[in-house]
Amino acid sequence: MIFGIDVASMVLGGLAAGMVLFIVSVGLSVTMGLMGFVNLAHGAFAMLGGYIVVLAMKSWGIGFVPALAVGFILTAAVSIILERLLYSRLYKAAELDQVLFTIGLVFIFISAVTLIVGPENQPLFIPDALRGQLNLGILHYRTYSIFLIVVGVTIVLGLWLGFERTRFGAQIRAAVDNRRMTESLGINIDRLFTITFAFGSGMAALGGGLGAEFLGLDPQYPLKYLVFFLIVVAVGGPGRVFGAFYAAALIGVLDFALKKYLPQGGTLFIYVLTILLLLWRPQGLFGKSA
Amino acid sequence: MKRLIAASAAVVILANWAHAQEVKVGVSLPYTGVAAEIAQQMDRGLELYLKLNADKIKPYKITLIKRDTKDPAGANAKLALQELLTQDNADIVTGWVYSPNAIAIAPIVTAGKKLAIIMNAGTAHITNLSPYYVRVSFSMWHAGFAMGEAAAKILKAKTAAVGYTDFPPGKDSLNAFKRGFEANGGKVIDEIPMGGAGAVPDFTPFFQRVKDQKPDVFFVFIPSGDHAAAVAKTYGALNMRQANIRLIGPGDVTVDNKLQDMGAAAVGIITMHHYNADLDNPENKRFVAAWKKEYGADTTPDFTSVGAYDGMAAIVHVVQTLKGKIVTDKAIDALKGWKFSSPRGPIMIDPVTRDIVMNEYLSEVATGPDGKLHQKVIGTIVNVKDPCKELKIGPCASN
Repeated sequence: MIFGIDVASMVLGGLAAGMVLFIVSVGLSVTMGLMGFVNLAHGAFAMLGGYIVVLAMKSWGIGFVPALAVGFILTAAVSIILERLLYSRLYKAAELDQVLFTIGLVFIFISAVTLIVGPENQPLFIPDALRGQLNLGILHYRTYSIFLIVVGVTIVLGLWLGFERTRFGAQIRAAVDNRRMTESLGINIDRLFTITFAFGSGMAALGGGLGAEFLGLDPQYPLKYLVFFLIVVAVGGPGRVFGAFYAAALIGVLDFALKKYLPQGGTLFIYVLTILLLLWRPQGLFGKSA
Repeated sequence: MKRLIAASAAVVILANWAHAQEVKVGVSLPYTGVAAEIAQQMDRGLELYLKLNADKIKPYKITLIKRDTKDPAGANAKLALQELLTQDNADIVTGWVYSPNAIAIAPIVTAGKKLAIIMNAGTAHITNLSPYYVRVSFSMWHAGFAMGEAAAKILKAKTAAVGYTDFPPGKDSLNAFKRGFEANGGKVIDEIPMGGAGAVPDFTPFFQRVKDQKPDVFFVFIPSGDHAAAVAKTYGALNMRQANIRLIGPGDVTVDNKLQDMGAAAVGIITMHHYNADLDNPENKRFVAAWKKEYGADTTPDFTSVGAYDGMAAIVHVVQTLKGKIVTDKAIDALKGWKFSSPRGPIMIDPVTRDIVMNEYLSEVATGPDGKLHQKVIGTIVNVKDPCKELKIGPCASN
């Protein structure tokens, strides 16, 4: 029984951390799979969203959930402007150009936020209802972690429905699998890209706001967590929504377990695991083989 | 002819006099990167000293040359110091938030033969690495060792778990606490490295591990700043207080400029430290009031600001004693045994170790009548020398 509770608390803690990773990374995964575009600035959209959430709550006094919605919408809007003005010019460019452009964009975001808001960490004050512990029958666990898991599962189900059951989802799936064929069927790929990009950035913003309780929020955010976002995409396979979900959950739980039981090597383990996994399956756990 | 000689002599004297007027001080702080906020706290501290004491500096002029050390990796700090010494011809150098940087630049400090005043970096043995180092901040052993003793004697703890950020001051803090705690009958039952200083980790797995072990106290060292708020939040969210595990640490855990962000979870945290903004002494009252006037009522100085403030006081003392002509050996002699009324209480530079001697305060976080969180001093240990050097432990022995 004690062992069972131990395992349950480990799984819950890991899943909660994994859900934040998933929500931020899913947009990156889809844009990478759909457009073949290496957007290293994805974390910057997560940061932007997080800042909007925190500042909206502070200056306008709105609640956490409405602030998340504002963060999603504003970040998506900003990303549309950037996509039309800058990103769209580099879709056909070499990967190195894309990497240089997006990492440059990260530095601009970092400097802009430092200049406008300041270098300090922005505290997020979550509602009282999400604080403290929740009684789950066999054990008590951190309410906010449970909340994150519920939100993460809801989002993956919503995305699954959207991808599998809507016309737009079918178009995205078609474009991920074979872009030229999709284009020749008369589907407006440019519009598809813009909408998907905006949606992915909005999701990142949501993740930035939801995850601020764990990951904090400061100008270095897009660089600090970039590696984790990329690991989720690489392990899950670019363009795979469920792939990103499973990968994030797996990484969250394994990372949590190893940090808890083997803290001496726990922070290193996640990188070793990623290397081994990618040696075994270069296309990721759920990606289609090239 | 005579007039010409007299005139040239006058010119030479004037030139020398003008030269003696200006003292160039090279400041190395991480103005960008993860510790940018700490750099801002320190920069404000040292600028505030100069502003409040403008008349004490006269007739000399102190020119600050600021360089960005960016990260704790050492390379950028080395480059910054080389530039300060060789291109800017700094007379005195100062700054350094991160211990790894202060360790990395020690050979350059020794080769450059300039007075180097450490305003933060707290790994105990750093002052032994160069004869030109003088430290006005603290050693990790000041708070760590005293907290170990206090945990056993005052808090009556029998068992402790230690969680620390895995870089030199973290290990230093662990060793200091362990030594103080176990010498007084306590037992450290777990030592948990909690990731590096570069990013704030999710502390949940580490704290969950501690919660399962049920120690009497949980001693945490993390770099002040973003890590601190996350520690208090995680401690609160896991209901560890209700499980009778008391969170203790050096003052980094309850650093003043993050205290209000921590919320109710911080109430009851006990720390040992040389400064908090609530200290009740006239210098501190003046300092905090001047700070809030200068930088805003919702800002607060913290111990890093005081380190920089006192560092600038030390520099002004050197400039005055040497009448604006900085000769390194004389500058160091001027600081040996230097006493100052700091916002943290009376301080002195130990003439033997060139490290600081100061009071340590045992404090508890409590909610004040204004509804905000404050630190209440519940015990004071006066004139503490770095215990690592007093006890000659490891690299601290080679002085």
